[in-house]
Amino acid sequence: MNSLSLDFESITPSIPFILGGIAVTLQFTALSAVIGFIFGVLLSFCKISSFKPLYWFGMAYTSVFRGTPLLVTLSLIYFATPQLTGYDISGFQAGIITFSLNSAAYISEVIRAGILAVDRGQTEAAQSLGVRYQPMMLDIILPQAIKNILPALVNESIALLKDSTLVSTIGAQDLLRRAQIVGAEKYVYFEPLLIVTVIYYAMVMILTVTSTFLEQRLRKSS
Amino acid sequence: MQDLVKQPKPVAVKIDRLYKSFGELKVLRDITTEIYQGEVVAMIGPSGSGKSTFLRCLNLLEMPTSGTIMIQGVEMTDPKTDVMAMRQHVGMVFQHFHLFPHMTVLKNIMYAPIKVKKMPEAEAENKARDLLARVGLAEKANVYPSKLSGGQKQRIAIARALAMEPQLMLFDEPTSALDPEMVKEVLDVMKVVSESGMTMAVVTHEMGFAREVADRIFFLDGGRIAEEATPDEFFKQPKSDRAQQFLAKML
Ligand SMILES: Nc1ncnc2c1ncn2[C@@H]1O[C@H](COP(=O)(O)OP(=O)(O)OP(=O)(O)O)[C@@H](O)[C@H]1O
Ligand SMILES: [Mg+2]
Repeated sequence: MNSLSLDFESITPSIPFILGGIAVTLQFTALSAVIGFIFGVLLSFCKISSFKPLYWFGMAYTSVFRGTPLLVTLSLIYFATPQLTGYDISGFQAGIITFSLNSAAYISEVIRAGILAVDRGQTEAAQSLGVRYQPMMLDIILPQAIKNILPALVNESIALLKDSTLVSTIGAQDLLRRAQIVGAEKYVYFEPLLIVTVIYYAMVMILTVTSTFLEQRLRKSS
Repeated sequence: MQDLVKQPKPVAVKIDRLYKSFGELKVLRDITTEIYQGEVVAMIGPSGSGKSTFLRCLNLLEMPTSGTIMIQGVEMTDPKTDVMAMRQHVGMVFQHFHLFPHMTVLKNIMYAPIKVKKMPEAEAENKARDLLARVGLAEKANVYPSKLSGGQKQRIAIARALAMEPQLMLFDEPTSALDPEMVKEVLDVMKVVSESGMTMAVVTHEMGFAREVADRIFFLDGGRIAEEATPDEFFKQPKSDRAQQFLAKML
């Protein structure tokens, strides 16, 4: 019995501190997702390009990020940046850079597949109207591609949210890191971790519900 | 009607020794012909004879393997030609419509004039509404394509192509994907377009349309134009055996 009893009282004063990590985690995830998305779009254009150097760049890029553990890339950027450039990069910044670059690799694959899945007739219709490549991609192909891959994009941001806990290893004060700090201070580990577990789960559920909702709305519009 | 053809007419499209292969497969072999200003040419022939490929070569959706194509005096096949700029003068209507599904009907029609011709939005909208009225779908302006029947989609696709004020319209089996009861509404619109003086090249299996609306028939067979004739000549007395067999099957 005693071993199961929970002691939330001793950590109550620290709860606002832990909750503050929500903002950090969300900010982190959102920034990485947005930058990763924009960069991912550009990369996906490289990958469908008939200009070989661009194509190879896009493929090599994805291969490197897929083939290396995220924690390794993160450490590399966090520890190598000061050594190479003299700039004292914060854990948060290193995290944003790593996660943006990494998610761009995955997102570009998703977008590429989405673009290739758009009916070739759409391209031909645009071309036959004299629409040039860039407006055709941005106004006609990409919106249709993104609609189809929206669930995959939300899944990617869910993965990003969960992977964001890795930045706790390089000192950024995200949700997980704060739970660990409070645990170490108060010598109660289970309760703070339980709190953040629930919060992570709630955030992921919100994203899941949002994606379902978006999907339904987009389906209606077509 | 037919003697109009015999009068010297300005040439809209000039095709010279056009060849097209897909890998080893020779699809078009030595096509040389002309399409005159304001003329309606119906391209007919057996499946696989190269009708679509021929049509798609005209606006370079397919790159010819060799030969030249001149449209309004501009050589499309010249590497120096800005093909995209030329394509705005060549409208195309596809068997499967290819409307932009994420845009309303009005936006579908307005998009290219605004993006390509840099037409002011208000003007493009006026024009789009005019065209919608002309194809009899004024009330569908704010509807998404998925809410339209096949015949309505095709009429919108025609309006979308006309919005660019092309000098030439290409149709690739515009009624083949339609339920029988919708064929007429599309053919009627095409007829109205032809009466406005538009130069048209129409790949079709609608022999009635070919006979009634076309000024000339190109009968394609094995990647060649096997016969060029007026509808009267062609439907009464096709010269080649192949054309006779084809007609026997179609009529
Ligand atoms: N992109 C392509 N790659 C390879 N072969 C092709 C391609 N497009 C067409 N072909 C081949 O070229 C030949 C002519 O095709 P095309 O579509 O021009 O015929 P068609 O006269 O339009 O036939 P249909 O009446 O069935 O539409 C066919 O054998 C076809 O399989
Ligand atoms: Mg065809």
